[in-house]
Amino acid sequence: MTATVEPEVGRARLRKEDARLITGRTRWTDNISLPGMLHVAVLRSPMAHARISNIDVSAAKEASGVLAVVTGADLADEQGSLPCAWPITEDMKAPPAPALAVDTVNFAGEAVAVVVARSAAEAHDALEAIDIDYEDLPVVLDMNEAIADGADLVHPDLGSNASATWIFDSAEAGSGGDVEQAIAASDVVVERTFRQQRLIPAFMEPRSVVVDPTGEQITMWSATQIPHILRWMTSAVTGVPETKIRVIAPDVGGGFGGKLQITPEEIVTFLLARRLGRPVKWTESRSESMVSAHHGRDQIQKLTLAATQDGTIKGLKVELLADMGAYLRLVTPGVPILGAFMYNAIYKMDAYKFVCTNVFTNKTPTDAYRGAGRPEATYAIERMMDELAAELSMDPMELRRKNWIKHEEFPFNTVAGLTYDSGNYEAATAKAMEDFGYDALRAEQAERRERGDAVQLGIGISTYTEMCGLAPSRVLGALSYGAGGWEHAAIRMLPTGKVEVITGTSPHGQGHETVWSQIVADKLGVPFDDVEVLHGDTQSSHKGMDSYGSRSLAVGGTALVLAADKVIDKARTIAAHMMECSVDDIEFSGGSMKVRGTDTSTDIQSIALQAHVAHDLPDGVEPSLDSEATFDPENFSFPHGTHLCATEVDTETGQVRIRSYVCVDDVGKVVNPMIVEGQVHGGLVQGIAQALFEGAVHDESGTLTTGTLADYLVPSAADMPSFTTGHTETLATSNPLGVKGVGEAGTIASTPAVVNAIVDAVRHRGVNDVEMPCTPMRVWQAIQGGSQAAAGPGGTESGGGLGSLDASQGGAR
Amino acid sequence: MIPSAFDYVAPSTVDDAVRALNDAGEDAKIIAGGQSLLPVLRMRLAAPSKLIDLGKVAELRGVREDGDALVIGAMTTHYDVQRDPLVREHAQLLAVATDTVADPQVRHRGTFGGSLAHADPAGDLLAPALALDVEMVLCGMDGKRTVPAADFFVDYFTTALRPSELLVEVRMPKYTGWHAHYEKFNRVAQAWSIVGVAAAVNVAGHTISAARVALTNMSSVPVRASGVEQALVGQEATPDAIRAAAERAVEGTMPVADNNADVAYREHLAKVLTSRAVTAACG
Repeated sequence: MTATVEPEVGRARLRKEDARLITGRTRWTDNISLPGMLHVAVLRSPMAHARISNIDVSAAKEASGVLAVVTGADLADEQGSLPCAWPITEDMKAPPAPALAVDTVNFAGEAVAVVVARSAAEAHDALEAIDIDYEDLPVVLDMNEAIADGADLVHPDLGSNASATWIFDSAEAGSGGDVEQAIAASDVVVERTFRQQRLIPAFMEPRSVVVDPTGEQITMWSATQIPHILRWMTSAVTGVPETKIRVIAPDVGGGFGGKLQITPEEIVTFLLARRLGRPVKWTESRSESMVSAHHGRDQIQKLTLAATQDGTIKGLKVELLADMGAYLRLVTPGVPILGAFMYNAIYKMDAYKFVCTNVFTNKTPTDAYRGAGRPEATYAIERMMDELAAELSMDPMELRRKNWIKHEEFPFNTVAGLTYDSGNYEAATAKAMEDFGYDALRAEQAERRERGDAVQLGIGISTYTEMCGLAPSRVLGALSYGAGGWEHAAIRMLPTGKVEVITGTSPHGQGHETVWSQIVADKLGVPFDDVEVLHGDTQSSHKGMDSYGSRSLAVGGTALVLAADKVIDKARTIAAHMMECSVDDIEFSGGSMKVRGTDTSTDIQSIALQAHVAHDLPDGVEPSLDSEATFDPENFSFPHGTHLCATEVDTETGQVRIRSYVCVDDVGKVVNPMIVEGQVHGGLVQGIAQALFEGAVHDESGTLTTGTLADYLVPSAADMPSFTTGHTETLATSNPLGVKGVGEAGTIASTPAVVNAIVDAVRHRGVNDVEMPCTPMRVWQAIQGGSQAAAGPGGTESGGGLGSLDASQGGAR
Repeated sequence: MIPSAFDYVAPSTVDDAVRALNDAGEDAKIIAGGQSLLPVLRMRLAAPSKLIDLGKVAELRGVREDGDALVIGAMTTHYDVQRDPLVREHAQLLAVATDTVADPQVRHRGTFGGSLAHADPAGDLLAPALALDVEMVLCGMDGKRTVPAADFFVDYFTTALRPSELLVEVRMPKYTGWHAHYEKFNRVAQAWSIVGVAAAVNVAGHTISAARVALTNMSSVPVRASGVEQALVGQEATPDAIRAAAERAVEGTMPVADNNADVAYREHLAKVLTSRAVTAACG
């Protein structure tokens, strides 16, 4: 077997993992069933803030099939504190975070006790027999109130609800001037306050964990994005040596950051299995997931954007309050900080200042959710650009053009201290504007306004960039993050010529097996189908930093390329020996090692066999082609693009319909166009969902009133327009593949495009903002010029249907 | 999630079902298509001791004519209602409203009678039933009785059904030649109505000779918009006349506030959607 004729990289290969995923012929964690396995059910607090005065588990212990009932007090000596890996400041306030609450509950949905039974049904039945007395404590929900003097405290021992304040100031960093001076010297200053509503990641597969303590190692299967970090942190929390823990992430059904976590249930299940000496499984219900899996976003953003009369931006000031919820989970404090470097976006400016205060409330902890800090930043700056354009009576695209970094200015050092390696905003925008029919839509908009049509047309722009490919370890260290950002890959050349690829990234729906196979097929000249990708098991994939932050390809893919180069180098030595020539005379292409200027050649599969049998290797050459590499990037990668959205707003009802959506993204080199298209579509839907549909709402007692998918409106295909997608391809210079990452781009870009389009449709009616999600009621109220109850729910009841019955888990009625 | 344990029977006749219901006492629950009950069971918001499954009671399924009446068996699925030619001909309003119920999977499992007996005020079939003056035929140990729709819906999730009674069929006059529209307003395709308006009109020439209008989710029960009906009858179907009539849509309503709509917005929607529903019905 020799060359693959057509290069694999660039081919829209169907995904090799899909046959088993689509037909269900796979093992999700909840499908795993072990001999003697027990089942865990978790009792959750219905109260948002209360002291536990008494727990009576006697009846539950007597219930059918029950082996154990365990409370936080029972685990207090061994459960430790759930890890927070990102202490953003030296003086950050962080409360202890028990897996099971011991004497106080701090959010509705917090785990309080568990039942272990022979069946899941018996475990759930017995939960109802646990009797807990709670004493109410004051509930802290509103961030502004939480940081006011004399506020009730979530954690009285900390003395404040403010966890930390993190500041970036371009004047101090030397990357720009003083923002107050820039504002004072500007002709126009626009101030706005935006609300980034709380979102729920709502991955498709609920979380699940199985722990088997019966072997020499304790094996933990978990529906996680981060098996390697989970192994490390489980060891850190429980004191069990890392060598005695094996973590497996089998096929995982989505995460979106929601499974970038060390969960209370993982730790509790681990401890229970160890204590009982039998395999134990926990799988959550959707209702549990909604209240207890970490949430995302939830910021109040105050923006001040200063410019000259001709539209030249001078400075930007960002003042944030970020809701941590009740505890600091794995990277909770750092999520808003990931946005700090992105508020300046693609624009040049003299001065920039970012101040973020992290605030505790009695709500479910927040943490990473698709984009993590960058969607918030992009939303804010792209909304502000439209507001500034309106203030200056400029076309919003013209304003952007005037301020963005020109393609010939790369690499460009930004006011936030990053170096953007490459980009071409002009090219992406030109293509998007043409596909969109910008001028014709503007003409129709004017015509509808003139006519006073009940349905008004709006056009929204988002010219975004983002930083991904997390991350240079040195940068993470400088930001006080607790781990590195490198990635590992290994290649095993088997005697049959087949290839096993091991990656430290941990796919949970993205299609790594296909893409890694494509890369290796091209690099080694082996057939696509001969490559098997192993991942997600700390025993086979022994080293890795897992998947999040659009890092897998840019960092893990690069490690793979470097490992393949090492395989080729080793093969070259053996091939020279086999063909009795100098190593320097060997040419490698399409899987074939050829003696330069002759017809003599051998293929890499034959070399692999020679290496394996080792009958005749050169002196001192080890009998293996197997190679591994660990890659630590020197810079982030910076996808960018131009998204254009046209909305029709029914001014009689406030209903918003997306008329057309065009995006042109530059994610660098595209390995598999079909997978990239899928990522863009999914990303767009998730970003549009924030703009229009999704929002976690709590009532005044701290109960999540959007606790089911009947109330927390995750849209379906029926709610989405057809997308027109396109690409420009400006290679990243930070990695040999030229890739940037595409996992988060659509989500980051789309939200402001939609809201800008809504505001644009009704700006002539005096509207300059609609709070997200832009429900029909909020849009209608904004048009009425009403009280901007547009800024709050109309009531605390959920919206009919199932939700009016409330969620049984964590429902504080 | 996993429901609490319950007993289960699946009778094959109405008589057996009524007897099973009577024998089981007040903790028993009828299950029809299960599209509302199962989520409630799985979330443990209800824990009936026994489920009586009507899925095998063949006599409860199907659509037929009975003289001047159209009769729909309580266990007829939404899908069968939708595609039934008799329903399309004589109760177009019900057909078009059923088209908007949930999604194809739900419409293949969910039943007309189950939806009415569940009596969720956000359910889409209550208002059409009220607008069309249907009668509910209920069967208990003492035999059958008939309750008009106006008396059947009592409160949130509460009907005139007695503990040991079944809803067996729904009878209605034929609205042959009427035109109808159901205007449903929600935020995503698969969601309950924030407000819905059911409208059926009989138009002679250009004049509305008769009108039936009822509202979904504007009170704890479906609300008949009698004021709108009165204002429409005898009018020409002009935009102004319809808009003026629709102003009376909120009479007799008691809407609640929730995340999707406060009271003022719901009342506003009721008027706008009534106007749209009647306009669409008038064609």
